[in-house]
Formats: sequence, structure tokens, C-alpha cells
Amino acid sequence: MSQTFIFDGHEIPFEAGQTVLMAAAAAGYYIPHLCYHPEFAPHGSCRVCVVKVNGRPTASCTWVARPGDVVENNTQELTDLRKNLVQFLFTEGNHFCPSCEQSGACKLQAVGYELGVLSPHFSPIYPDRPVDASHPDVLLDFNRCILCELCVRASSEVDKKSVFALSGRGLTKHLIVNAESGRLVDTDIEVTDKAMDVCPVGVILHKRRGFAVPIGERRYDRRPISEVDLEHQRTVREGGPL
Amino acid sequence: MSALDLDALLSRHGHDPTRLVQILRDVMAIQNRITPADITRLGLALNISRARVEGVTEFYAFLGTGPRGRFHVLFSDNITDEMAGSVALRKRLLDAFDVKLGEVSRDGLVSVGLTSCTGLCDQGPALLVNGVPIPRLTPARIGALAALMRAEVPIAEWPENLFPIHTHIYRKDLILDTPLAPGEGLAAAQALGPEASLSLLATADLRGRGGAGFSMATKLRMCRGAPGPTRVIVCNADEGEPGTFKDRVLLSDYADLVIEGMTAAAYLTGASLGFIYLRGEYPFLVPHLEAKLAERRKLGLLGVTFDIEIHMGAGAYVCGEESALIESLEGKRGIPRNRPPYPAISGYLGHPTAVNNVETLAASALILRHGADWWRSRGTSRSTGTKVHSVSGDVARPGIYEFPKGVEVREILDAAGAKNTRAVQVGGPSGVMLASNELHRRISMEEVPSAGALMVFDDSRDILQVVRNFTRFFAHESCGFCTPCRVGTTLVHQMTERLATGRGTRRDVKDLPRVAHIMRTASQCGLGHTAANPVLDALAKFRPTFEKVVALQEFLPLFDLDESLAPAREVTGREDEEAHLREEAP
Repeated sequence: MSQTFIFDGHEIPFEAGQTVLMAAAAAGYYIPHLCYHPEFAPHGSCRVCVVKVNGRPTASCTWVARPGDVVENNTQELTDLRKNLVQFLFTEGNHFCPSCEQSGACKLQAVGYELGVLSPHFSPIYPDRPVDASHPDVLLDFNRCILCELCVRASSEVDKKSVFALSGRGLTKHLIVNAESGRLVDTDIEVTDKAMDVCPVGVILHKRRGFAVPIGERRYDRRPISEVDLEHQRTVREGGPL
Repeated sequence: MSALDLDALLSRHGHDPTRLVQILRDVMAIQNRITPADITRLGLALNISRARVEGVTEFYAFLGTGPRGRFHVLFSDNITDEMAGSVALRKRLLDAFDVKLGEVSRDGLVSVGLTSCTGLCDQGPALLVNGVPIPRLTPARIGALAALMRAEVPIAEWPENLFPIHTHIYRKDLILDTPLAPGEGLAAAQALGPEASLSLLATADLRGRGGAGFSMATKLRMCRGAPGPTRVIVCNADEGEPGTFKDRVLLSDYADLVIEGMTAAAYLTGASLGFIYLRGEYPFLVPHLEAKLAERRKLGLLGVTFDIEIHMGAGAYVCGEESALIESLEGKRGIPRNRPPYPAISGYLGHPTAVNNVETLAASALILRHGADWWRSRGTSRSTGTKVHSVSGDVARPGIYEFPKGVEVREILDAAGAKNTRAVQVGGPSGVMLASNELHRRISMEEVPSAGALMVFDDSRDILQVVRNFTRFFAHESCGFCTPCRVGTTLVHQMTERLATGRGTRRDVKDLPRVAHIMRTASQCGLGHTAANPVLDALAKFRPTFEKVVALQEFLPLFDLDESLAPAREVTGREDEEAHLREEAP
């Protein structure tokens, strides 16, 4: 017999060790998120999945469900908060959706639509983030990085390479590659690496594959991220990546 | 640095990657920067990725790959330094070497930058030169420093009168006025046994003196009861909160008391490993603490079942947060961990780890010896005992004041000789800003909590300048892990900066509380939760100050439109009227 907690007034079951985000997804409730990926341990850095557990705000991707927890998710306060956090991320980087190869397949953009984000609202920071085009097959466009560390995690945990890491701190925190030259060409990345496939935005790109799918027909153009994501989580739960 | 040196250095640290921060500090001490080649070699030698070494190097303010002068000078950027004239002194040094802030002089001799509060607020302005603090700066002392640097005299040969850090204690109470012989606190705990000792600490209701106010007895009990072969006691001496210097004084003048507290805590939890995590700004305390530890090893109080190692920080305020501190102890970037599990259950290398503030440990040793009633003879029913305060700013006698909990702020100000007080920042920038009509409020868990700093501002001070200093501090110290704090601290600082320089708009005043709310609600750790406090307090209590500086417009361009065309004019060689945008936007 599984235990239950209360999610937006509904009693939903969970298995021991399951987080609120995972249990909610299993019960068919989508919680917007960016740094969480069902194939990796939760990270808790983007904070977009913030919920209130027994009145206290916390990241639902890291909060392990307990019997009787009362979780608020779909409230105006939390939706506004998430919206502002997505606006923070747009403010922090250089995101020019109309010219971005990932437009329509970008989680930041899709979650933005999901939450009704119409503008970054805050004064843009316009960071100076040069691209790295040194590698013959891979382009890194750091302008779009949201620092979710999925590539860092994929490269170390799955590829066993540690091609990516984070450096700096605060607003100067940035993605680096594992090479004395600082250039991707001098790392041991390969296009078949898991790290090539996990970027939720458009930082890590396969060269010569740009615009292969026309805008308007991409992943989140056809269906909202809430549907796509629940399906992805279900596939992983049932034993394999999408 | 020669290859041999790096190998010797690594051997001294046992090629142990958990010692990475210590290793990098040593490299900095020798050559003032860590080169990309050093990073590659360290990664190979420690069997970790070079990217991880680089990430750690660029996390801590006192480490770095960037070029630095042979003399790297960092001026303390706390508001109290600013009030004591540090900006003019800084200019004097910059002019002497014809160098800009953040840059290296052409001959590579000198670089000058800023660092967060150095914990010398009772004797500022202060600076660090190659990591060594120099307090009580005056134009004459700056002149002397400049001459020594120009002559390239090694710092070890500089006149001794430049360096001494003074202790100013103006009021003593239970902690500072009760002598304790080495071993007395531990003996008292052993006589009672662990269970009764923990009950005694619980009855005394000793709470963490570092700000969070968590019960020490509960923390030690959790650690004692957690499974695992090794337990760890950590003394949190990171003291990064601007305006706080009481831990510095406790460690310089009451080190035995602090170490006694650690030793007793080890007995109560069964810990075998101990660390003093000492902030990077206090290297002058190391020989003194090492001597104290050696004395106690000779007495058999250390080194039998429990021993203590000093671990230096490297310039990161966030490492005062206990889980970030533990990451740093493990040689990593100081990023707070997700909780649960709490460090008392799973901390340093997964071992149950009790992290306690310097003052809490000192108090615990005395409580074990003198009992719960002795401690409860001071303070209120919910805030027991006394608290050591660091008082600085516009007071006649900046220094250390120990008062019972529940003392009125006014009483401390009177003791320190404050006049015409406009505002008091209690508990540092992450604490509470009190206006002059609130000085009757009491320092206690239930009223105005404080980690032990009072910075006093008289009526000659501009509150916006004070707040701007604090917001700059938090933007500089955010670890950057979570979105709300990483972006929020910078947005708050940019808006405050605009307001303080006459470019603020109504929209900024409207957005500030919103951003503050996001940070407080959604951040991962206490830094983000509290970083907007000074702005919120100032907005609530000094509203007219903000209203006065807000331009009437809803909107002001963030940049000068005409100025932005300058590069285009330069390229095209034009200076005619058509090449300018002088008209105001409609």
C-alpha cells in the first residue's frame, strides 16, 4: 500500500523516496521546472518548481514526499513567483528567440509560454559571453546558458568525462570546458555523448544541423511542455529514456 | 613556480583533493596567481578534472587565475571603512602607482582591488596586501606602504608597527569575564556523562550564536545519534558578516575557551575529527591557534581520541553557511547543500558533523562547568544568557561589548558613545536596520535577533549610500547556485545603485520589494533569504529618502543614447549634428 500526501487539495500516492515533483508527475500533475531531468538526480538550482509544503516554500524536485504533507502548487502566488524566476533567467542571459536554432524546442521558452511570460520585465544585464566554435562538430553558445548543470552532470555521471564544469560565482558564474586552452576542441567530447543531448536551451548545438526541423513544427510548437514533459517522465519511469 | 615546488607542496598535503582550497591558497601565497598550467598539473596530481580545479580557483575571492601585481592590495569595502575615509586612501594609493582599480600597474608591481569586510571594523580603514591585513590606515601609513612596495621590500621585512590587530573590549559579562582552566569544561562534562551534559545544555537553552539560533543540545544529540564510524566537530570561524569581529577577538583572547568547547562537544558526540574553519582574512591568528592546540596536545586534552585541524577559508561569505562550509572543507566550491539530510546527520564526507559558531562553543564550555542556572541568570526566558556584540561605525568607542540577551539597543549605543544616531544595522547587512525611533527595541530571539554586529550611522550619513554598500556586498558574495539569489542580488544592487546616483525611477521603487520577495521565498539558503533585508528595511523606514531621489519618470533609458553612438562616429569620422542623438526621447 502506498502512502499519500495532499497536492492542491487532491490526495495523491507516492512511493518511498519519491520527490513531490516525481509523485505529482506520476499522478498526472505537471510542475514547471528547468534544471530537473528524470534521468538525473535532482539539483534544485533553478527553483522554478517551487511549491509550498505545509506552508513553507521549497523546491519540489528535491523535497522527498512524506505522508500527510500538504502541498500547494497551482496558486497565483506560486505562478507569479515562477514567472518572475523565468524572467530572471531571460534577464540574466542573452536570449534572442527569433534567431535561435532551439526556438520551439527550448524549455526556457516553452516554460515561459506555459507561465504566460510576455517580457523579461527587469532591466536586461546583457552579459558578454563569447561563443566557442572551436570544435569541428559542436558549437557552444554560452549566451543562452541557464546554469542548470545538466551537461555537467551528464558528462561526469554518464559519459565519465567531466567535459563541463562551473566556474566563477554569483552573476559571473559560468560554464567552462575541461581544457587548459579553455576551448571545446581540446576536450574529449564526442557528438554521441549524453552531454550533447541534455541542454534544455540552445547552448550545446550540433554543427550543420541547424534548422533541420522548421520553426512551427518543433517539439513545443505542437504540444505544450506540460504534456511533453509528463510523457517524458512516464517513459523514464517505465524504464528508458525518450 | 618550479615543478619541484608544486610536487613538494602536494606531498605536504598528502595529494588529498579535500585539501584543494588549502593547496590553492599555498600556491597563491608563493606566486600570487594560479596559472592554467598549474591547474592542469593539480588536476592530474590530485586525480580530479582540471575543470573542477579551475571552478574552485575562480569561486574564492582570494584565489584566481587573473594577473595580479607582485603586491596585490585589497581594500576592505565595508561601509564602516567607507565612512572612515577608505575611498580617499584608495585613491591616494592608486595615484601613487598610476593604476586603476582592478588593474595591474604597467611594471607588474602593484594591483589594487576591493574585498568584502575584513573584520577590522573597530580599527578601519583596513586593507590586505598579499593576504596580510593592515589596519588603521591613514594617509601617512598609505605613504609608508607605497614606499615599501616601490622599493620591493618583501612583506616579511616591513616594519612591525604596520600589522598589529588590537583588541578593544569595553564590557564583559558571563563569557568574557569567567576564567576557565584548560580541561575544566571537559572534566565537568565527563563527571556528568554525555546524557546529563546534553540535558544541561538543553536546560540552559544555549542557542547558536551565529544567527540561526538553533539549539546546540539538539544539534549535538542528532550528531551523537546518527549512524557512522566517524563524527566531526566544526568550529565555524568564517565570520563573514560585515560589521562582525567578535569571533576574531574570541579566537585571539579566548582561544582556550573555544577549543575547550570543541573538545567537550567531541566528548558529548563521540567525535574524533575537529576543524576550525578560519576565515581567510585572519591568517595572523593561525600561529597563535596552532600554539594553543600544541599546548593542549601536551596536556593530553587533544590528540588522544580527538584532534583539531585549522582549515583556512579563501574569501567567500557564503561559507559561513554550514553546508557550504562543509563543501569548502572538502575542497570544493562553497555551494550550500540541499537539506535534508542535515549536516548533523550527514556532513563532512558524509559523516555526522556538528557545526557551531565560535561564541556558542565558548559559552558551552562555561555552561558545562558552571551550570544551566548560571547561564540563565542572564537574558530573557526565551533568549538565555549573554551575547557578544561587535560595535562599529559612528560611536566613540568601537569594539566588543558583551551584554545579557534582551538588552535595549540604546543601552549598547550609550555604552559605546553613539551620538545623533540615525540608524543602526543590527546583525550585519543580513539582519535588521533600525531607525532612531526604534532604539528601545531589545536584542533577543523574540524581538531583534542578532548574530553580533551593530553598525551605527549618525545623522550625517546618507542611508542610500549605506544600503548601496550592502547590496553590492550581497551581489559580490552570492554563490550563484540558485536563480533567485544569483540574479536577484544583482538586480537589487543595480536598482539601488540607480537610486543612489539619481537615476532611479518609480518603477525601481516598485520592483525592489517584488525582487526581494522572490529572493526571500525561493532562494536555496539564508544568504538569498536575507540579502534584500537592508533594502526592504530602508524602504519601509526611510521612505522619504527614496522618494526624494526618484526621478519623476516611469522610465529612464539605461544608457546614454548619444554616447552609444560614439564608436560609430569614430569609425565613420563624423562629428556633425546628424551623427548625434541629442533630443530627449518623447
